Amino acid sequence: MNGWLLIAGVALLTAAIKAAGPVVLGGRELPARFTRVVGLLAAPLMAALVVTSALADGRHLQVDAATAGVVVAGVLFWRGSPVIVGVLAAVVVTAGLRALGAP
Amino acid sequence: MTQADVSFRRGLRLGAGFASVPLLLSISFGVVAVDAGLSPVQAVVMSALVHAGSGQFAAISVFGAGGGVVPAVLASGLTNSRFLAMGIAVAPSLPGRPWSRAVQGQTVVDPSFVMANRHDGTFDRWLLFGAFAPQYAGWFTGTVLGAYGGDLLGDTDRLGVDAIFPAFFLALLVAELRRPETRWVALGGAVIALALVPFAPPGVPILAAALAALVALR
Repeated sequence: MNGWLLIAGVALLTAAIKAAGPVVLGGRELPARFTRVVGLLAAPLMAALVVTSALADGRHLQVDAATAGVVVAGVLFWRGSPVIVGVLAAVVVTAGLRALGAP
Repeated sequence: MTQADVSFRRGLRLGAGFASVPLLLSISFGVVAVDAGLSPVQAVVMSALVHAGSGQFAAISVFGAGGGVVPAVLASGLTNSRFLAMGIAVAPSLPGRPWSRAVQGQTVVDPSFVMANRHDGTFDRWLLFGAFAPQYAGWFTGTVLGAYGGDLLGDTDRLGVDAIFPAFFLALLVAELRRPETRWVALGGAVIALALVPFAPPGVPILAAALAALVALR
């Protein structure tokens, strides 16, 4: 029962979060300053997602085998590797380091 | 073929290139959700209705730790709060009545947001829809596999699957960093997020990182 409540709650809240901007501001011309901010938005959001998932666990900062795997993926992406290649490399490096005893 | 068709197909192609990753991630979501006490059907329904991976993981980790429904829902809301910023960003590019815009807004996921960005303040909405479709299909399929076949995998941390999530976002970040003007902003976002990690609930550091883009107001 609680599981279904959880699903309903998360589904409704997520849909509302995604709908808010388009409903309130949709289809309108916005000032040029706004559009410059919008053009830059993806970079800090993605950077934040990367560092909080690769360098932190919950509320504390930590470096572990996955961090090394992600660094390897970054080098591959920068050199033009397809997404799946970099991601699999990250997984293999992480699993390999753990097999050798890394955290 | 209309411009909308061209954009949609291009979105499908770009999105398909990324779809293998949501597939892998959602396999681990299916496993974790069932471990946390959801039935396999519930795990699949959640992925079908929510389709926001990081928010689902956040909800499940609180729920699985016995934190209760309300805290789990709030945790997912905070984790997904970045979609508020993304929704505001795409809003001017979505035409139609409010309910129609609300539905179009549901297709904003991290890869579709990055791919549909024209970098002139507008978004190609048909590319957004096209890129969303394979993401959704991958996320749904993986959840089914993980929820019903997770017992075959064993300890997923040992397999290094926790590297998938950051590596996926790194691929999107690297695509952004090809444009030099994004680099300082990305660094700023990373510093803001890391500085807040010890103090703020999960998800908030990511939303706060969006403030780095305000440097464009100068």
